[in-house]
Amino acid sequence: MAKQIEVAGLDAYYGSHKAIEGISMTIEPRSVTAFIGPSGCGKSTFLRTLNRMHEVIPGARVEGKVRLEDQDLYGADVDPVSVRRTIGMVFQRPNPFPTMSIFDNVAAGLKLNGRFSRSELDGIVEDSLKGANLWNEVKDRLGKPGAGLSGGQQQRLCIARAIAVRPQVLLMDEPCSALDPISTLAIEDLISQLKQDYTIVIVTHNMQQAARVSDKTAFFNLAAQGQPGKLVEMDETSKIFTNPAEKATEDYITGRFG
Amino acid sequence: MTVQTGIQPISAARRAKDRFVQVLVYLAFALAVIPLLSVLWLVVKNGMGRFDMEFLTHSMRNIGARDAGGGAYHAIVGTLEQVLLASLIAVPIGLLTAVYLVEYGEGGRLSRTISFFVDVMTGVPSVVSGLFVLAFWILVLGMPFSGFAGALALSILMMPVVVRSAEEMLRLVPRELREASYALGVPKWRTIVKVVLPTAFTGIVTGVMLAVARVAGETAPLLLTVFITDSINVDPFNGPQMGLPLYVFDQAGRPTDTAIDRAWTGALTLILIVMLLNLVARLITWWRSPARRR
Repeated sequence: MAKQIEVAGLDAYYGSHKAIEGISMTIEPRSVTAFIGPSGCGKSTFLRTLNRMHEVIPGARVEGKVRLEDQDLYGADVDPVSVRRTIGMVFQRPNPFPTMSIFDNVAAGLKLNGRFSRSELDGIVEDSLKGANLWNEVKDRLGKPGAGLSGGQQQRLCIARAIAVRPQVLLMDEPCSALDPISTLAIEDLISQLKQDYTIVIVTHNMQQAARVSDKTAFFNLAAQGQPGKLVEMDETSKIFTNPAEKATEDYITGRFG
Repeated sequence: MTVQTGIQPISAARRAKDRFVQVLVYLAFALAVIPLLSVLWLVVKNGMGRFDMEFLTHSMRNIGARDAGGGAYHAIVGTLEQVLLASLIAVPIGLLTAVYLVEYGEGGRLSRTISFFVDVMTGVPSVVSGLFVLAFWILVLGMPFSGFAGALALSILMMPVVVRSAEEMLRLVPRELREASYALGVPKWRTIVKVVLPTAFTGIVTGVMLAVARVAGETAPLLLTVFITDSINVDPFNGPQMGLPLYVFDQAGRPTDTAIDRAWTGALTLILIVMLLNLVARLITWWRSPARRR
């Protein structure tokens, strides 16, 4: 199920502004890859290029190659909708659909894409909620609105919603930055479980979090304000945090800047 | 010795200013409400007299100039049909226009042009839309005076209101919700139909009701397109119809007290119908709202 992502020479633009430049990396399957770096360095932009979410912003475009196994995601005949179905995403702020119940939120990706029988849906929703460690908390109120849950629960609901469509890769854009430490812990535990089945990429501002959950870490930086962000280095997480190859990485993780 | 913190009591001048502005605000509110209440009071007081079963179930057919009795059944039917038809035309077009402006236009030349003309349409006097339908639909195409012609004129007036209010509501739907849907691999059109529109539903209904309320009381365009009749005509596509605003206009112009009374009751009925429609809309939005399931 989990697949490898290979990125080569990727640039991303907002209109004429180049946000990231020349990024190449390989993201291994069944592992957690963390992106760290100062604000505005293009981590989130890069993450969004991996499932073609970047281009939904008016004027935004991408150059370069992203390959999922052998398929070029930016090929001329590739449907961005099916890319997003294959590569799921969890956002910074929990964003359950306010008009839908907990059940419908989890089933949204399936219901909006095709026909499933009620029993199939029941099964998938239960599996997804269990997968997101939320089942026990909500099983008695699946018909209640998703917006009535706490922030941490909402974020796990969004994760359940993302894994319900059975993606091969799960992208997480600062999934814990709006959550309290206990909810954060719950999400981190969940990430460790999910990497058994998925390729996970997580953007985080919290370096302890990167160190705790990830197998590999990529450090992004930008030369100056207004300059495009670049990948400084990427390596095993333990190496990045103990003995990075680049001076900039060391400065950042030791808190000398950013 | 007390320590000087630099924190001071509110000065007398600021207190006075605060009082002054407060009084002004309340005065302005009272001024705005007085005409509203007085109109309501007058309509209820003068309209209650003839607000009876006969009024609601009979037309003006065979009611002589000096006769008492008679009713507005034909006008009520006409108004309901005309407003319904106008809504059927204006709401889909207006809603689709708003969807285009918000979801697809992206500030391009076409969407700016549309926005401009919607603004222009908002300012069109109602009689002009009636004249347009009279000139185009009735004189050039040779169609008869009918409820449908009136509905066409009313829909021209409704459209910009629907577009503007729906546009506002669609813009209020957070970007994150659209992105959440895209990220699940849902195509854009399904995102709009299943996520954006339901989220904005309550606001859109309110906007549509405002538009309905606005056109339900229009007289001038109906005068030019629906004409006037004293008989019941339930077919909005053929022959002159009546409408409550027309009925009020017609009866108020007659010299007898009984006719004037009927005009007041017609106005009361119109207000009640608009209120009733609003109530129905509230019920729909309440029934659809997630809060109900909490």
